[in-house]
Formats: sequence, structure tokens, C-alpha cells
Amino acid sequence: MQGAARIAHGLLTDAARPLGFRFDGRPMQGLAGDTLASALLANGRQLIGRSFKYHRPRGIVTAGPEEPCALVDLIGAGGREPNHLATTLMLYQGLVAESQNRWPSLGFDVMALNDLVARFLPAGFYYKTFMAPGWAWERLYEPLIRRAAGLGRLDALVGEHAAAAETVHDHTDVLVVGAGVAGLTAAHRLGASGLTVMLAEQDAVLGGGALLDARWADWRQSTCAALSALPQVRCLPRTTVLGAYGHGVFGALENLAGADAASHGGLRERLRIIRARRVIFATGALERLIAFPGNDLPGVMLAGAALAYLRRYGVAVGRQPAFFLNTDQAYETVFALAGAGIERLGVIDVRRGSLAAERARALGIEVHDGAVVEAVIGRAGVGGVRVANRDGGQRREFEADCLLISGGYCPATALASQLGAALRWQDAIAAFTPDLSPAVGRMAGAARGVFGLAAAARNGEAAARVIAAELGHASLAAGLGLAVAPDPAATPIDALWEVRARGKAFVDLQNDVTAADVRLAQREGYEHVEHMKRYTTHGMATDQGRIGGLVGSAVLAQARGLPLSEVGQPKPRPYSQPVPLAALAGSEVRQHLKPKRRLPLHDWHEAAGASFVTTGLWLRPLVYSRQTGWEAVLREARAVRRSVGISDMSTLGKIDVQGPDAAKFLDFIYANTLSTLAVGRSRYGIMLREDGMVLDDGTTSRLAQQHFLVTTTTANAAVVLEHMEFHLQAMCPQFDVLLSDVADQWAQFAIAGPRSREVVAAVVADLDLSSQAFPFMAASAATIAGVAGRVFRISFSGELAYELAVPARHGLSVWLAVLAAGQPFGIEPYGLDALNTLRIEKGHVTAAEINGNTCAADLGFQRMLKQQVDFIGRTLSQRAGLGAPDRMQLVGVRPVNRARRLRNGSHLVAPTARTTSLGYVTSSTPSTELPGWVGLALLAGGQQHSGQRLLASSPIHKEATEVEIVSPHMIDPENVRVRA
Amino acid sequence: MLRIRCPWCGERDETEFRYRGDASQSRPAADAGLAAFSAYVYERKNPRGWHLEWWLHVGGCRALLKLVRHTVTHEIRWVGTAQDQPSLPQEPGR
Repeated sequence: MQGAARIAHGLLTDAARPLGFRFDGRPMQGLAGDTLASALLANGRQLIGRSFKYHRPRGIVTAGPEEPCALVDLIGAGGREPNHLATTLMLYQGLVAESQNRWPSLGFDVMALNDLVARFLPAGFYYKTFMAPGWAWERLYEPLIRRAAGLGRLDALVGEHAAAAETVHDHTDVLVVGAGVAGLTAAHRLGASGLTVMLAEQDAVLGGGALLDARWADWRQSTCAALSALPQVRCLPRTTVLGAYGHGVFGALENLAGADAASHGGLRERLRIIRARRVIFATGALERLIAFPGNDLPGVMLAGAALAYLRRYGVAVGRQPAFFLNTDQAYETVFALAGAGIERLGVIDVRRGSLAAERARALGIEVHDGAVVEAVIGRAGVGGVRVANRDGGQRREFEADCLLISGGYCPATALASQLGAALRWQDAIAAFTPDLSPAVGRMAGAARGVFGLAAAARNGEAAARVIAAELGHASLAAGLGLAVAPDPAATPIDALWEVRARGKAFVDLQNDVTAADVRLAQREGYEHVEHMKRYTTHGMATDQGRIGGLVGSAVLAQARGLPLSEVGQPKPRPYSQPVPLAALAGSEVRQHLKPKRRLPLHDWHEAAGASFVTTGLWLRPLVYSRQTGWEAVLREARAVRRSVGISDMSTLGKIDVQGPDAAKFLDFIYANTLSTLAVGRSRYGIMLREDGMVLDDGTTSRLAQQHFLVTTTTANAAVVLEHMEFHLQAMCPQFDVLLSDVADQWAQFAIAGPRSREVVAAVVADLDLSSQAFPFMAASAATIAGVAGRVFRISFSGELAYELAVPARHGLSVWLAVLAAGQPFGIEPYGLDALNTLRIEKGHVTAAEINGNTCAADLGFQRMLKQQVDFIGRTLSQRAGLGAPDRMQLVGVRPVNRARRLRNGSHLVAPTARTTSLGYVTSSTPSTELPGWVGLALLAGGQQHSGQRLLASSPIHKEATEVEIVSPHMIDPENVRVRA
Repeated sequence: MLRIRCPWCGERDETEFRYRGDASQSRPAADAGLAAFSAYVYERKNPRGWHLEWWLHVGGCRALLKLVRHTVTHEIRWVGTAQDQPSLPQEPGR
């Protein structure tokens, strides 16, 4: 008998519940509790995929999320998802998976030619080869590389991903990461002491190393039972902590597999954002590989993974295993397989005379001391190994059907490193451990370099004790008094990173990086470990090089002639595991991506047939028609020019400013003077940023001596409020002023057009609206259709116009009253498009012109600036450059041929120098009264060019339209209408 | 992510606040001239170490806070109101 097979009862598998699945089209059977990897091994399957660069055959290397090779495409009803790890993917009935990166088939792969031409594909190959010409990148190199490389193919499995993920916010005293012996002990002691604890474990079951040692089975069961009886402890299996973000904030992904997902309405993932006062990283240690020729063949596996497959799933990864190892801990797999009835075992131990080797020999197992594996015999699987003494002598070959390797153990330090913990080299274990700041928490167990389960239990308790004390629990609750199997005495590791022999010795199986690639990077000047990583891609991609990262660093250290402790490891960053973007988005997708703000009259607008547009978070009526085109827009705008229209202006920012120093404060905030404004009057104002550029514009009304109402543009409402609050608190603390955001409290409507006075008069009883009593820019409290509100005589359209403001809850009744009063005049509601048409031909600016690059003079506001008194932006608005004659300034543009249209963004160019942009069209519209189109533009030199002809060029439309430069005030430049 | 202990609201996520820049800068006097305002608007020390900062609690009480943060470790040593005048710690961050 050869190869992998299920030989025993597994801790997690249920022999009574077989599950059918398909891999590469072939039907197979596994058991409930299997992962895809354990089920494939149980079916004797070792070859799982092809490698990224050389397309070499690859198999299963690990039994967990650190897996570099066993990546598969998962096929579902709606599509396929790539890069699922066979080692963590729980098997379910009907699962369909395919191997990746092979064409046309896994057994015969055309691109495996890359393996034969490997010396032409060295590290940095792309950088060196695909250089010039520049155009070839887009058209030739990149498509070629993309076809040749890549892992798997994305074709969304959950197309509509609607309820597939959610986000949960958690708070806890202590977050314990990892539920091995150290983590379980710490969580229990802290919870029993009265602290709230979250215990996150990436595995589907709690226990870690205790799952792999039969002597710890009772301890594990009793501790887990005690934990689940503690209400203040939350155990989270299948939860991977992805990132440590400082200040006690952690991101964790909870995978809701199988039955769980069904009970959560199909929810696949839950992103947990955890805030903890302290953390215990009991994340264990990861076994690492040894670089030697052929260490990537299917059948070469980490020794600890083989132990996991045996204990957890009852699967022996081979019937004739060879071992290549350098620690006593790795012998656990030897003893376990021997104990399970595997007879033909051979051990190659780097060391001489280790305690574990003695124990193995006592069991009749063949051990080759002081030896290394120089080569693996076989092409697509392990057939045997060639062994030599460490000095290169005494070569001999052995048959084997798998090779189980172990180069030692690296404490899992990624999360601590994310928090800035420095790494310290530990000779005793030949690995780095992190110096975690005690204010953050503690490392415990193997993550701290403490190996052995009994030692981990003691260490977990010690960590719990100091953290409980720091959090005010001086006495730690007693333990459960469980019997603990003592750790056997062990001979220390003898670090071995690489066996130098003929053939490719991989340090990174996922990216096909060899030890020779690392040396090449060093020779070519990429000496720093971070540079080496980027040049070779060692340690990148889904596995982040977790089983070979330190080996690559060691090869680099040797090449540089430095100790490994000085070379270090690349800095890890979140996420520690690949995360589906859908899990990060959670429920914030499609219509839930952003909150929506609806107008008080949203339902009326909708019923009236409005098309809506999103501006900021607001949904605003664009035009009261479902048709595209200008016809409906012009009908609405012409109603305003000829008779009367009504528009919902409630989205404008409204800031209530009150207090004895309100006028003084507004003089500081605004570029123009507001303190001279009389009660009952409004004034147009602009505010600048401190750098002299225009921030926003709007009208401010003085409602009482110490009471102002500031309006802002819709887009800048939040920015302006913040701007005012910041400057009030930071620079004017002596001012007695209160700012309140009242935008949502008021519904506000513009009633505009030559007949607007008659319409407003019909709904406002207690106000004389004649121009003598209530002139342009007047403001007053008034009763509007029976509701206490405010009337402002302000105009954005350039027509005689009023704005009515009433408390938002009365918006609809007042709106309807105005519509009824306007009916004899043919009143039309008008949307944002018509509003825009009206303001463009009037020459009023909005965000298109107040774009952060324009100063007051550019927009024709230079005379508004206060000369004597200080205000924000005053000094820098006087910079010489802002007065330069060639600055881009506001002008009007009209096509010479009235039949031609304008386009926003068109560049203004001289007919003789078409490649030099002089400016661009910011806003344009067909006019209500003038023939053809009108537009606003920012043009170098501005009004100096008045009367000239330029081309408005839009290359993407293949258009160049001759335009004349005119005043931006194209309708009623004398402002007669607004004062009517 | 920073957790900021607002004196009015308690400990809150950074996402509730808006960073408003270097609080050790103060606005020059009205007649200080172009160079002084230029320096105020454009020149930043960008220290590696302790930094006095403005944070506006837009998602809470809307108070402007001053805080002392370490730009490498992100440790927040002190949080106070806009008018407090703390001195920066002399020792390096944790």
C-alpha cells in the first residue's frame, strides 16, 4: 500500500456522515468534519495545483491557514471564487472545487515549460525584461503576464452579496487571541475572576495543540466546558484576528460556515471590530520549512500538519513516511504515526544523539543522525529521498511515499509586530519573539517562545495574573485543578535553514522563490530584507510566506555575512489573512453604501414625477419628468422667467448664529462686512480659507440684533459649520457666540418669477410685500399659510423672488398652499437642472466655479473684501500672485453659431494654438431667453478677452466650437428684475 | 485606530473626530504680514515624537479638543479643551 488514506477515527470527523464532493470533475467522498484538504488526502490525492511561476506540481503542505499551495477555485450555483484554502475550507455535501493555475489540465500543464527555462526567469525578471518601449506594457507585456500568471479566476459566487456579511462592534476587558492551552487557561482565569473576555480562535474547534495530544483530551474538554459556563467569556471559533490597530482596537473575521450560515439567513461572514483594554496573544507558533532541492513536490509536508491530519481526521498522509527534522517536538508526528500502525518510518535528524531520537530507536524506528536530505526522488510526487551526512559524505537513498519536514517553530508574531513590538532573537528556539508593550497586553505560550503544553498552561496563567492585576483584580481565580501531563525533556533545536545541493530549493512555495533568488537579490543590491522581499516577491500573497519567511531571511543573512538577528524579518501589516472585500463592506453595499437624506417633501416630489439626483447625501429633484433631455428643464425654467415657479431649497445649509458677539464673529469669518447689516435685511457674503481662496458663498440674514441666520451651499454645509466651529473655539474663545446647525429644522422654498409677489402675498397675511416696505434683500418673520415662518426676498434665479422658510413638519401644507395660490399664474415646480439653467445665464457661481482654486478676484468679488478689519484669508488673499493679470477668471461664453451646443469641461483654446489651454467651460445650458447655449468659464485673463473669439474644444467628443467671450451676467445685467 | 478620551463624552473612536491640524501653531496678528501668514498656513514641523493637535468632535459634542499624541507610537498622553496649554512630554513615546 502506498499514499495517503484514512486509517483511523478522527477527533473531528464523523464516520457515520459521508459527504460527496467533486474535485476537478472527479466524484469523491469525505466525512462530515473534514476540510477539503483532509478529504482529498483521504482519497489518496496529493497533487492539488500548479505553482505560480514555474507551474510545478504542488500538493498540500500544511493543515491550516498558513497553506501556501493548496488553493482551489470553489464553484457554486452563481459562479466561482478563487483562492479558497483547501486546508481551511470545511467540506459540505455537493462541494465542487477545481485546481488552479493549470492549462489545459492538472496532469499536463503547458506552462510547466517555465520550469525548464527557469534560468531565464530569475528574481526581478519582469523589472529587467519588460522595459521599453512604453507602449508595449499596456498592449503586449501586461496581457501576456496576466495570462501566464495569476492564481484562479474570479467570477462572483455571491453575485448580489446583499446579506452575506455584517459588521459587529464589540467591547471587552480582555481579548485573548488563540484558544490553545495558553489561551484557554488565560481566558478561563480572567473570566472566572470577573473580567469580560473574548476568546478568538481561527480554528473551528478550541484546543490548539491540545487537540493533537491524547493526554490533553480531558483537560481540553473540562476547560472548554468551564469556559462555556462563564457568561462573561465569549468563545469565538472560526474567528481570525486580521489586524491590530492600536489603542486596543482589533479587526476580526468570523466565518459562519455551513449550518451557522443557514441559521443567520445565509450570512457568510461577520466582521468584528473589537475594542479591548488588554490583549493576550496566545497565537502559537508556526512550523517552518527547510530549503532543499525538491522541497516543493506533492507529498512533502510539514511534520506538524501530518500530525493534525492523523489526529483530527484519522488520515495518514503516507504509508512509508520519511522525516527530515531538527527538533524533538517534531518527533510527536513520528510517535503518533507509529502508534497508529504505520510501520515503515525513517527519520533524518539534523542533530546527533537527541533525546527524541533515542526514544524513537527504542520503538524500533530507523533514525539517521547528523544527516540532511539532499534531494527528493520523484517528478510529480515523492518516491524517495537522497540523504547525506551534514558534511556531505555517505550519500544513500531511501524509498518513501511522503516526506514530513520540520525546520523548527516560529512564534506567530505578526499581530504584535503590527502594534510596533520589536522582535528579539532567541537562540534557544532559533526564532524571533516580540517585545510587546505591557500597556497593550502580553504574549503567552508558544507565541512567546514557550514550547510544550504544560509550560503553555503555566504561562497562560501567569499572563492572566498580571493582566487581572493591571485591570484591578488583585486576586486571580483558582484554576480547575486538572491533571496536566508533564512536558518531556527535550534536546534543543539545531537551526538548519538550507541544504545547498543541485536543484531548486524553495523558501516561498506560493511565489516560487528559491534560496538562489534570495542570493541573486542580495548580489544585485537588494540587501535589506524589505528590498529583497519586493524584488523576489518572497513573503507576499495569500500566505504571506509564513512557513518560509524566516528561512528566506536566514539565506539573506548568510549571503550578507550577518547574524539573522540583524537582518530581521519584513514588517507585517494588516490583514494577517486574505479577507473577502464583501466582508469588509458588510451591509454597506448598493443603496446602503451611504446614508440618504430625504427632503421633507420627498414623497410629494416623487409623486409629482421627479427624477432625483444625489448631491452629497441629499436626494434632490432634478427635473419633474422621467424624460431625459432639455425640454422639461427649459419648460420649468421659462415658467420662472415668464410667470412663477417654486423650488425646494431645503438642502441649503442653515446655521443659526446668536450671541452678543455674533456680528463681530461673522465679520471675522466672512470676507465682507456683516456687522453693518440692519435687522430685517439679508446680505450676500463670501468666506475665504486662510490661504485666500473662496471657501463658500451664501446669504446671511439678521433676524435680531444678536441673531443671524447663515445659509451655505448644499455641498459645503458640513464643511462651513466645521470651519466656523473650529475658528470660534480655537481663535475667538473670548466671543460669546453660539452656533447651531438648523438645516434639518427648516423647510425652505424659493418662489421665483415676475408673478411671485402675487403668489406669496396670497399666503402671507401679515407682511406688506411692496418694494418700498419689503425691498430686495429684506428678511422678516411672517405667518405663512397659518404657520409661523420667515420670508426672505432673495434671488438665485435673477428674477423677483422670495424664499419662504417654515418648520420642516409644516413643509408640505405650506408648499401645497403656495401651489394653490400660484395656480392662476401657471406656477411650475422646478428642479435642480432648471435652477442651474437660471443661475448660469444670470452669472451666479456655485461649486463648479468655487472650486478651491479660485480667489475672490477671479470670481469678480474683489470689491466685497474688507480693507481695514481682519478676517480669515485676508492677508494671503493679498498675495501678488492672486492679482496676476493672467489668472483664470470668470467669463461668460456663447457659441458664435447659435445652433451649436457647449460642453462642460471643454478647453478654451486660441484657433491658432489649439494645444495650449487658456481655460475651460465650468457650466453650460441652453438659455431660456437668449438664442442657443450659454456658459460660464474660467479663462486666463478673464474679462480682458471680452468680445474675443476662441474655440471650446472637447477632444473626447471630437468637437471644437467657436465661442465668443462675454460678461458672465447674460440675463438682466442691470439687476432690474430682482428689484421689481 | 485611535481611541480619544473626550473630556465631555468619554472614550470614542477616532472616526467621530475630524483632525484639524497642528495646535502649536497660533494665528498671527492681523498685521503680521504675508510671511507670517504663509508660515502659519503652509509650514509644518512634522515631528517624529510628541505633537500637539486639534481634533474637533464632529460626531459628538462638537467641542474642539487639544491633544498630545506621539506620531510614532500613536500614544495619546493628554486630552484637554481648546484653551488648555499643555507642555509636551520630554521623554520619547512608549
